[in-house]
Amino acid sequence: MDHLLIAPVVLPALVAPFIIMAVRHHLDLQRIFSLASVVLLAAVSLTLAAQALDGTVKVYELGDWPAPFGIVLVLDRLSAMMIVLTSLLALPVLLYAIGSGWDTRGANFHALFQFQLMGIMGAFLTGDAFNLFVFFEVLLIASYGLMIHSGGTRRFQAGVQYVVFNLLGSTLFLFALGTLYSVTGTLNMADLAVKVAQIPAEDTALLRVGAVMLLLVFAIKASLLPLHFWLPSAYANAPMPVAALFAIMTKVGAYSILRIYTLIFGPEVQATAGLTEAWLLPAALLTLGAGAIGVLGSKKLGRLAAFGAIASMGTLLIAISLFTQTAAAAALYYLVHSTLAAALLFLVADLVMERQGPWILPQLPMPQTGLISALFFAAAIALAGMPPLSGFLGKLLVLDATRGVDLAPWIWAVILLGSLITIIGMARAGSLLFWKGHGLPPEDADTSAEPPVDTLPARPAQLPFVACFGLLGGLIALTVFAGPATRYAEATAAQLFTPTAYIETVLGRTAE
Amino acid sequence: MELLVASAVGILTAAGIYLILRRRSFPVILGLSLITYAVNVFLFATGRLATAAPPILNKYEEVAYTDPLPQALVLTAIVISFGMTAVVVMIALGAYLSSRDDSTAMPVETEGAGDDA
Repeated sequence: MDHLLIAPVVLPALVAPFIIMAVRHHLDLQRIFSLASVVLLAAVSLTLAAQALDGTVKVYELGDWPAPFGIVLVLDRLSAMMIVLTSLLALPVLLYAIGSGWDTRGANFHALFQFQLMGIMGAFLTGDAFNLFVFFEVLLIASYGLMIHSGGTRRFQAGVQYVVFNLLGSTLFLFALGTLYSVTGTLNMADLAVKVAQIPAEDTALLRVGAVMLLLVFAIKASLLPLHFWLPSAYANAPMPVAALFAIMTKVGAYSILRIYTLIFGPEVQATAGLTEAWLLPAALLTLGAGAIGVLGSKKLGRLAAFGAIASMGTLLIAISLFTQTAAAAALYYLVHSTLAAALLFLVADLVMERQGPWILPQLPMPQTGLISALFFAAAIALAGMPPLSGFLGKLLVLDATRGVDLAPWIWAVILLGSLITIIGMARAGSLLFWKGHGLPPEDADTSAEPPVDTLPARPAQLPFVACFGLLGGLIALTVFAGPATRYAEATAAQLFTPTAYIETVLGRTAE
Repeated sequence: MELLVASAVGILTAAGIYLILRRRSFPVILGLSLITYAVNVFLFATGRLATAAPPILNKYEEVAYTDPLPQALVLTAIVISFGMTAVVVMIALGAYLSSRDDSTAMPVETEGAGDDA
């Protein structure tokens, strides 16, 4: 058995306690180990992705127990893509946190960061529904620590809401898993797929309840509209580099929906037919609308970025909720884009907030204003889905995938109007922040603009810009290499919608 | 016994949700604990209820056994929920100590005032 497959989980799980126990008083060593771990993670995930490129499904049986009884990690194109995305997002975010000195403003940033990565990697790799829950808890408990990193009243208050909401989500997850287990007698995803397909007709009621509860859990994580309330105040009050890392956490929800509702409750399964399509799409449309309006109405930069993230989740979930192969391919392309774009927006928001405070008000030009406003402009057009960046291509793919769907005019209207409102909101914020200030008399500006509470870190602030340009480079690369990227996304979607290979490999039917 | 277990799960959940909707840290934490108890009992019951049956297979004689997997799941869930309760207590305490208010709702903020970002 190839042990590389478990490395993305084990590596951060070893580095994090090492950072806590051995080097907790040496900031530079913490930074070195944390960075080394993330770089190594990127290398490992790229290697794994290269192995998954030809469409083989690789299974890692923990403790060498065969699949329905033991826990398995599964690598296919989708999970390979997600772990590569995670590690490539973590690298600039960590660079930013180090460069801006966020990691010095509270204890144990690096250890929590590693635990968070461990949870995310595990959630993407696991092939067992209960283990998905466990990895959700790992990533959540690390995110609770990161969310209140560096303290402050509002951050704690937002943290309480965030924790309570997610704990409720976790209990709902357990209820859903219990229901599924009581019907099928298994929690291994591949085994569930087999069992659900052959469930007797009289048991489908319970199964449908379980499926809907599971969907609710993932909708909470993905901040689908009626369940999105935790996100704006949590992300807006979290340290911005942490919020940038959280950009992948909403995608964990989207990933789980995509995985579970193609593998287990696929479109062709009788028992749960029509369950998800009925209300996932309207909810996703509303999510996009609410996100766009939130961007327009935000008075603080953090909230603007948070609502931008919600809007992009709306577009992503619209594509996912169609449950067709072309739509899933569009969703995967847009998923990569929106993760990078949302993270970039959070980091740029932090650059502004470090210098001018959190409010979107006309203020005097700040240091490095040209560079920051250019970055803000790039992040805004990326998130709103304007050409030339990859958001435009992603949205085009999503729009293109709606052919033959009944609600297609509605989808077109909401996506296009949502993009328009988002770009207006971004333009409003950008012009208030970067343009209006040039006309202000200095004393007027002093009364309206509070100086930032934290003084700028003494070290040269090049690293934050390196991080931002790294993310922007990722977006540009995604645009330039849109051809190969969409081909990979299409291959991934094809693999998702023909899950037989996945099931057979996991259950060992085609024994090697 | 089924009625007893089912109503226990239902009442615990209902009470928990009621307490969480009170929006004060202490009732919320209490409510969360009640819901986690409810979910533990529920998980325990998903392997079918059987009294006085061992959770192991005996290959030498034909005895009834109860499904061991839900018990393992419950064990994991209990550990996780304990940890989570500890975390939420600490965060709620931090929020209370710094704001002198145990409401879990976010206070309305006014422009330019009182930000600690």
